[in-house]
Amino acid sequence: MKIIVLVKQVPDTWGERSLDSATGALDRSAPDNIIDEISDRSLEVALRHKDETGAEVIVLTMGPASAAVALRHCLAMGADSAVHVLDDALAGADVTWTSSVLAAAITHEGFDMVIAGNESTDGRGGVIPAMVAEHLSVPHLTSLSEVHIAVDVVNGSRETDYGTLTVTARLPAIVSVTEQSPDARFPSFKGLLKAKKKPLATLSLSDLSINPETSFGSTGRSTITTVTRRPARTAGIKIVDSGNAGVELAEFLAAGRFV
Amino acid sequence: MSTALTLIEVSPSGEIRGSAKMLLAAATRLGTPVAVLSTTPGDHSEHVKQLGDLGAHHVFIAESTQTDSLLATPAVESLAAAFSHFETSAAVLVTNSVEGREIAGRLAVRIGGGLTIDAIDITLVNDRVVARNSVFGGAFDVESSIHGGPAVITLRQGSIDEEVTAHTPDLITITLSLTSVAAATITSRTEAPTDSGRPDLRGAATVVSGGRGVGSKEDFLLVEQLADALGAAVGASRAAVDAGYITHSLQVGQTGTIVSPQLYIALGISGAIQHLAGMQTAKVIVAVNKDPDAPIFDFTDFGIVGDIFTVIPQTIEALHRFRH
Repeated sequence: MKIIVLVKQVPDTWGERSLDSATGALDRSAPDNIIDEISDRSLEVALRHKDETGAEVIVLTMGPASAAVALRHCLAMGADSAVHVLDDALAGADVTWTSSVLAAAITHEGFDMVIAGNESTDGRGGVIPAMVAEHLSVPHLTSLSEVHIAVDVVNGSRETDYGTLTVTARLPAIVSVTEQSPDARFPSFKGLLKAKKKPLATLSLSDLSINPETSFGSTGRSTITTVTRRPARTAGIKIVDSGNAGVELAEFLAAGRFV
Repeated sequence: MSTALTLIEVSPSGEIRGSAKMLLAAATRLGTPVAVLSTTPGDHSEHVKQLGDLGAHHVFIAESTQTDSLLATPAVESLAAAFSHFETSAAVLVTNSVEGREIAGRLAVRIGGGLTIDAIDITLVNDRVVARNSVFGGAFDVESSIHGGPAVITLRQGSIDEEVTAHTPDLITITLSLTSVAAATITSRTEAPTDSGRPDLRGAATVVSGGRGVGSKEDFLLVEQLADALGAAVGASRAAVDAGYITHSLQVGQTGTIVSPQLYIALGISGAIQHLAGMQTAKVIVAVNKDPDAPIFDFTDFGIVGDIFTVIPQTIEALHRFRH
């Protein structure tokens, strides 16, 4: 079985995250770019299946040159090979472009199953797996807290806003996992050494036979028109409880008409 | 005038979900509002009347016996059918839920539309749909417009609340064929319990959340008691969810629900940046924490350094006194 895992490099939530005020694009030059935690978990799901069955695991990302670091990390964790879609024409790509390019790269590699995170910590859109599935005309089984992969079928438990569903689909299919799925393994020292010798292919848009003007010319696109930074919050009243703080809180709430 | 389509959510027991009001009010701003209902065959006259009361000019019902057993795709097919029926649709509006945004994503690919996710406001400017988003946990406000194709937009629940005029809607009913679609099959369904009587976390005016400092599943009752005293929704930090105090669906933060209430009360929550990203746009923030150096105190309008198990029972008692 051939499993493609979609991974993403994101700005560290713990660091400063910023948008370019002129273009509204994410400032990816910020120093703290890391692999998204949910990408690590997606890869873990694939690697567990590889441990059991010897499945082939390919990691795929679309991003600037620096994203290769995230792919090397995935190779060190145990992925067999990596594919990096890298093209200056993709700077500022919205979900419409991104899903289309990822689908083309997945088709280029060939697949039985695609695994992704349910949503990234930067964009938080949560739409890419379903959009890629539509491009590939395959089912999507998304937001899974548990995944069970068999020879030609995948099933799992899906968390939604209204409850839990158990879902199943024949392969090929696209799966996305939530942070409820197991913690990812750490790359071993041996893994780090091996990673250097594993294949990491870089694909441009022309390698995928995509010309942005003709391929995306007739589809709608969302573009950012204005970006405003909200003023930072400042601390207000802070008291140390000396026996009456509970009543003071109730008075504060009453004064604010919250009661 | 062009039409604006809305995807009406229906619960497994057949009730129209609360999001319909917001979607139809938003659609009214953009064009002639159309309610699209993806459902199993049956008598839908009560739904049609309800949707008319919420402002729908047209109700488009797409029926299939498989609607409840396939994941997301029946709704995609229903919207696509409505989109080709109403040739002039400028926008399609869907609730920003796990399922809603996937439906919107697949539909955008299908109809060549541009997609905006989790909008908190929409307007029509020079015939173009402009959406407003709050990103990075509310640190930035972003406005975007969709051009070159129809606009598919998911709207954050509770973001638009306005009254629109009731109508007696036209009804169109079609039968969907779902035999050859690529879709996952739903084998069982457990509806999350909604009998707590508390408001939904999304869209609640007041939220009371507990963190690791609450200490145990049993003691989380204290958080619920304060919530009930204030008519508030209950939330939790990821630490509390990971520790098993409370269900994942109530997690507030970067990877949980993002809330923007009038009042947010954090109990035993230190204020990790992932949590702040989910609540820092709240109008008023209150925190109680034993640790005077907890980062959350940098964001609070009213902070108490103290033990939640002595402070909060006192607050609940005082709140009851104020009422009587």
